Amino acid sequence: MLKIYNGGLNVADILKAWYEEESLSNYGAFIPFIGTIRDEDGIDGLSFDIYEPILEKWFKEWQEKAKAKNAIIKMAHSRGDVLLHQSSYIAAVFSPKRRVALEFIDEFVEDFKASAPIWKYDLKNGQRIYALDRSTAIKGSGLLA
Amino acid sequence: MIRVEFLGPIQKDALELEINNLSELATILQETPEMREWLENSAIAVNDTLVSTLDFPLKDGDKVSMLPPVCGG
Repeated sequence: MLKIYNGGLNVADILKAWYEEESLSNYGAFIPFIGTIRDEDGIDGLSFDIYEPILEKWFKEWQEKAKAKNAIIKMAHSRGDVLLHQSSYIAAVFSPKRRVALEFIDEFVEDFKASAPIWKYDLKNGQRIYALDRSTAIKGSGLLA
Repeated sequence: MIRVEFLGPIQKDALELEINNLSELATILQETPEMREWLENSAIAVNDTLVSTLDFPLKDGDKVSMLPPVCGG
């Protein structure tokens, strides 16, 4: 399950909903990752653009990988502006045993950072500045150069 | 007609082009000064699937997307 929200995420509500959805599914482990906007470099917050058609395809591939391990994955992400100390990203893995979920959340979040079609901007002095220096070129970039 | 869309921080309106493959698109964009900085670091998708070869054939109605470096989370 993948859901995009406008603005910061309501962490308590999302985690509660995910927990309740799977509380009777017989998963022994529920490992969430929660990303929060830190106060650094004088920013007022971050802002995000998302290209949903490719994000959905990317997420579907990870759902298949999770299924192969008898696990499931859920993800929520913000679109638009997210202020300091709010959350912009939550991912979670549910699996029968803890080891699968711990390893899977690590692989998933790393690939998310490198491949998910989401663009980050710093909100600073009323401007929206693309965070190029913290961004990663998607594998295969430079084809048209 | 092929629609070319520039995603995220690339500040450029979509193009409608009569081209037959990605190689022809590369030639057009290489001649566009404001696009040069993006060509090296952007990935290309056709109809929302990432592609890895310039020979990729394009047909009428296809959508090409240019994806600059990403940073979710």
